[in-house]
Amino acid sequence: MNTEILGIILMFTATLVAAIPIGKYIAKVYAGQKTFLDPVFNPLEKVFFKISRIDPAKGMNWKEHMVALLTINVVWFLLGMLILMCQQWLPMNPDHNPNMSPDLAFNTTISFVVNCNLQHYSGESGVSYLGQIWLMFLQFVSAGTGMAAAAAVFVAFREKTTTQLGNFYDFLIKSCTRILLPISVILAIFFVFQGMPMTFEGKQTLTSLQGDTMTVSTGPVAAFVPIKHVGTNGGGFFGANGAHPFENPTYLTNMLEMWGQFVLPMAMVFAFGYFIRRKKLAVMIYTVMTIGFLLLVIPNIYMEMKGNPAIAAMGIDNSLGAMEGKEARVGAAASGFWSIVTTVISTGSINSMHDSSMPLSGMNELLAMMVNAFYGGDGVGILNFLIFIILAVFISGLMVGRTPEFLGKKIEAREMKIAMIIALLHPFLILVGTGLATAFPAQGASTLNNPGFHGFSEILYEYTSSSANNGSGFEGLGDNNLWWNISTGFVLILGRFLPIIGPVAIAGLLAGKKYIPESNGTLKTDTGTFALVIFAVIVIVAALSFFPSLALGPIAEYFSMR
Amino acid sequence: MKKHILPAIKLSFVTIIFFCVVYPFAVWAIAQAAPNHGKGMLITHKGKQYYSNIGQAFTQDQYFWSRPSSVAYNASGSGGSNKGPSNEAYLKEVQARIDTFLVHNPGIQKSEIPVDMVTASGSGLDPHFSVQAAKVQVKRIAKCRNISEARLEELIAQQTEKPFMGLFGPEKINVLKLNIALDDLK
Repeated sequence: MNTEILGIILMFTATLVAAIPIGKYIAKVYAGQKTFLDPVFNPLEKVFFKISRIDPAKGMNWKEHMVALLTINVVWFLLGMLILMCQQWLPMNPDHNPNMSPDLAFNTTISFVVNCNLQHYSGESGVSYLGQIWLMFLQFVSAGTGMAAAAAVFVAFREKTTTQLGNFYDFLIKSCTRILLPISVILAIFFVFQGMPMTFEGKQTLTSLQGDTMTVSTGPVAAFVPIKHVGTNGGGFFGANGAHPFENPTYLTNMLEMWGQFVLPMAMVFAFGYFIRRKKLAVMIYTVMTIGFLLLVIPNIYMEMKGNPAIAAMGIDNSLGAMEGKEARVGAAASGFWSIVTTVISTGSINSMHDSSMPLSGMNELLAMMVNAFYGGDGVGILNFLIFIILAVFISGLMVGRTPEFLGKKIEAREMKIAMIIALLHPFLILVGTGLATAFPAQGASTLNNPGFHGFSEILYEYTSSSANNGSGFEGLGDNNLWWNISTGFVLILGRFLPIIGPVAIAGLLAGKKYIPESNGTLKTDTGTFALVIFAVIVIVAALSFFPSLALGPIAEYFSMR
Repeated sequence: MKKHILPAIKLSFVTIIFFCVVYPFAVWAIAQAAPNHGKGMLITHKGKQYYSNIGQAFTQDQYFWSRPSSVAYNASGSGGSNKGPSNEAYLKEVQARIDTFLVHNPGIQKSEIPVDMVTASGSGLDPHFSVQAAKVQVKRIAKCRNISEARLEELIAQQTEKPFMGLFGPEKINVLKLNIALDDLK
């Protein structure tokens, strides 16, 4: 069999095999049970909490959770603005990179605080090493924030009736130290031995074999890249992200980075199942997600391996596939695979330039972010999926004439309203943003890198990526200006915090309700039939809201090429 | 909100110490045990140092050309062309690359040119190209350097990097290493 295809199969299998035990481990961590890393982290966390005078055992209700979450995020935001706008005067800046402009610093800080990592700068010239290390910090804690919110939801569904959903700080720190850090360290060890730089010496100047002088940017890359993936952040150390040969030196690092970003979103599904002691439900969720993922990824691999028909028509050997924007050591197949993994989960790191993907591959990348719940980002993926579950429970409840119930709790008007608002928020942010940018050519059209339908796709992609907190881009877009920095900045904030607050609120409200034991009249939510209903809800929401915009962009481009 | 501000600031402070100082230092310390002490994949040839995994521009006829690059192999930056597949101006550029290639490589059929030789990589610093990309340049280099084609074919076979563990991923050739070996042939 083709070695490129074998590589993909290995990546997917290795992720699944690891996700189940890691999921079990995560469930134990959040439940406060004994794990093998206790001797290392118990004393460490004690120090953390002692210095910050936090009692990690103190329970919080869902509102306190959200207040704590938002407060600490504001602290990180203010600190981030300060660092990025003053980096020129701060230490650890061997390349003498300038301060960020206020609008760029706003966009960058927001984007890393909300786990999106949309980048309107290039790492080589846009941030100092101190800035990079700071962004790396945000990559840890923003992923931890999402996971902490998910942990609160886990607690809500485990207990029969409760208002206390655990302690936010406890979940945040445990996510960072016990889940994100160990995996990052293991990956970092692999990476330094695969030739990824870990140095603070700045740019190097050397002479090429042919005799040209060349300057090479380096940096502490090997510490940055693991958490960039494990935390589903995706912000690149260099401008070219995972396509850069320092950020992704070999096929092995490509597989490991793929594994690193994919494993926690999968593991969180299993962790949910273990934690609330309903494995069958987790398997149902996992199946829906995987079917959705495969439906998107298989066509992409096929189309990228097949290559650009317009280039094939020129009469050259097109057997390597669509190599524009792709690296020879990765190949078309693994690039196509990555392009969907990184968009279904909210990483947004890239190992090929999505702007140069085939038209319908670009559409699948967009769809992956529009759904944003096939696995999804660390923690937040399962929160997004919960919204679809609530909608599906309500719809199927109406269809069979039973009270809509989920895990023994009645779904009533209040929860439904929240779910509807959150489900509609995503298309609202994307389509309104795209509409505005398209309506004002001075802001939209003038910044495009490609004419026609593809240019429209660049605008659509930028807002989709922002709202989905993904962070990848059709990078041809000239996006470092006031319009893009500010407009996507606000989409980022709304697209992050409302979809966290909504599901946590629903879970908190449901947790406070009376538990109704399952009976013959209960709608079963862990069956194949229910999986089908959820899938249908996802397709309908995504298709109805986004089809017109997709028709104007990638679909129109596809037909114009025939 | 008020009762959370102080704990939030203090907790941020300790976690910054841990994740911004302790963690990177630990990775840096591990890197000191790695080849080249974490400075990247450096190789030395005739007293000159190169990064083996940062592509270089090879434009002279006596060397195997590297892939087109939209940053001209200037490694102080990186990036792809970001041209869409249907972009007319871009397709003209590809056509022009094919024509240039044919002018410099007489006796080569259009259908022998692999697509990676006429398309820009994602980073603009791609250190590799495909095996076919090397083979298609053999005629030109043989003539230019007065070396037999068979010898060059042999060199290519030696420099071909097999898929990972022989099973996973594409075959490829490091252009810099190939050209260094080519210089050493005489």
